[in-house]
Amino acid sequence: MKITYPHMGNLYIAVRALLVKLGLDPVLPPPTSRKTALLGVRHAPEFACFPLKLNLGNFLEAREMGADTVLMAGGIGPCRFGYYAEVEREILADLGVPMEMVVLEPPSGDWVTFKARARSLVGDCSWWQVLKAIRFAWYKARAVDALESKLLYLRPRLCEPLQLEAIYREALRRVDAAENRRGLDLAVGDFLKDIRGLPRKSGDLLRVGLVGEIFTVLEPYANYDIERHLGLLGVEVTRSIFLSEWINEHLFGGLLRVGGLDHLEETASPYLNAFVGGHGRETVGATVHFAGQGYDGVVQVAPFTCMPEIVAHSVLPAVTRDHGIPTLSFYLDEQSGVAGIVTRLEAFVDLLEARRKKRLKEGV
Amino acid sequence: MELYLGIDIGSVSTNLVLLDPLGEPYLAPLYLRTQGQPIKALQKGLAIIRDQLGKGDLVCGVGATGSARQLAGVLVGADVVKNEISAHAVAALRILPEARTVIEIGGQDSKIIILRDGIVVDFAMNTVCAAGTGSFLDQQAFRLNIPIDEFGALSGQACTPVRIAGRCTVFAESDMIHKQQMGHTLPDIVAGLCEAMVRNYLNNVGKGKDIEPPIVFQGGVAANQGMRAALEKSLQAEIAVPRYYNVMGAYGAALLARDQAREQVGTGFRGWQVSTMPFQQRSFECKACPNACEVIEIKQEREVLARWGDRCGRWGITGEADQAALQH
Repeated sequence: MKITYPHMGNLYIAVRALLVKLGLDPVLPPPTSRKTALLGVRHAPEFACFPLKLNLGNFLEAREMGADTVLMAGGIGPCRFGYYAEVEREILADLGVPMEMVVLEPPSGDWVTFKARARSLVGDCSWWQVLKAIRFAWYKARAVDALESKLLYLRPRLCEPLQLEAIYREALRRVDAAENRRGLDLAVGDFLKDIRGLPRKSGDLLRVGLVGEIFTVLEPYANYDIERHLGLLGVEVTRSIFLSEWINEHLFGGLLRVGGLDHLEETASPYLNAFVGGHGRETVGATVHFAGQGYDGVVQVAPFTCMPEIVAHSVLPAVTRDHGIPTLSFYLDEQSGVAGIVTRLEAFVDLLEARRKKRLKEGV
Repeated sequence: MELYLGIDIGSVSTNLVLLDPLGEPYLAPLYLRTQGQPIKALQKGLAIIRDQLGKGDLVCGVGATGSARQLAGVLVGADVVKNEISAHAVAALRILPEARTVIEIGGQDSKIIILRDGIVVDFAMNTVCAAGTGSFLDQQAFRLNIPIDEFGALSGQACTPVRIAGRCTVFAESDMIHKQQMGHTLPDIVAGLCEAMVRNYLNNVGKGKDIEPPIVFQGGVAANQGMRAALEKSLQAEIAVPRYYNVMGAYGAALLARDQAREQVGTGFRGWQVSTMPFQQRSFECKACPNACEVIEIKQEREVLARWGDRCGRWGITGEADQAALQH
């Protein structure tokens, strides 16, 4: 069995670690690129959202590399993502591409089905081995998160952000290659050592929270590298969701009792009290949370036609009114012109700067 | 005299405004068609201004805006390169300091800018659809065989504007043809079209925004009386159209250049000879990774002025090319 899985930012690192430790033979598609998007757009329904198109492109590229099985996450609730694995299975079948589809659904109480499905994947591995593999993948996800959050924190603060990016890419490669925890710790440790002496700029900087639909938040191809654009404009970006949280929630069924996003459901109240699918409620909750933390603004990203995020978007003006935090929303699709996005980001940064200056003047 | 130059290169028009130290326009502002050739349009504009200047006139600061602002900035050596939303806001506030809303409808994009106490607090731009912009009006005027400058006056003669679907320009057009065939008069159809475009604008761009007077309406479409009337009717408020409504971006860029000149010594302006310099532009696909970024390169003779379009920064804004990536 040559198993592949879709890209979502740096998710591939943790999933590869998991599969290898389970004794499987993963085939990683090339990073999501224009070619991936072209393939996906050609074969996916026009009205499906961008993540489905990119997933499909990933599978087809992996197929060219010899993959015969797809590992895909499922989902629950009104977001279409929960049904994407099925739709993708059908499309692949229609295309005459013989690929098996293994879907990991969040267990939501039904542990028997979950266990059976997981068993089909892990073959002869003992549950102890499975647990060990999950733990190692988890450590990798945490290591990736550590690198990413450091990158987001430092990019606007350094004189030479491109140098930081080069060091980050190398560290990421080492995390991916690490075969045990010692290797992981070394990779992260060396990264922290390497970035310590880099010359810094002075002055206050703006802080922006990035919220929205998880795939577009985490996948730089889908969001036109929004974090990078903001970072190079001198803005510190904080994500509402990191990879490890999503993995725990979606792949391990919240097995690990860590952090999680529950607190965002509380902060979303009274603006949005219902689960509207996807991360709609968390988007609202995170915006309130960022406002409370003194952030200057919030950027929301979502695939074009994303229902949960549209609901959240229509609630955000009320949050802005009550908490005084400006928001900017982007609906992302296959258009390749980055100019419109950059223009809006620059204008948003101008807006945030003017607000901050005004506040300082008024001594608030 | 000390002068400040503002340049706005957009998809449809390339505008240049020259300001005196008090921030008042010096010479008539230029409004040229870009016609897909931003470098040419810019050079043409610079040549026109150069020929009108006196001996004592000196450019002390340059600002660039519009979708080709990066390009313009490199070619002329701008001191400020600013996005068009901020530039338009600066210009509107200069004309009407108490403005609370700016409506800007241009050739291919439309924006709304919400201002409070002289600062931008919210804004939006049209995203996935160009319905409700100048290009569509242009196209329909052409189809109805009315010169675009008479379009507005014609809608003023309407008695009962017809209802036209404004959600999508393609359907708006079929709707219009249908109304024509039914026997509605031309003024009623034209007025109905303006109302449909205003609905489209307010539902798409103005969605969820606190539109409060005083309202400034600018951009090329502000010339259209029909659009002005439709906006006033729909918003139930008076709308101010500035004198230089169609070059407000360039005006804002010039004002920003003037502010910048107070903070820095000298200007980066490369001189009027830019209007005759030979520039070469080319684009190529980087082969270093599967992203296959389209990199654009601007050269003056042998010298590379700028490169952009790459995601990873390998090609740098003015950096050295990574030869390995080219040979790949």
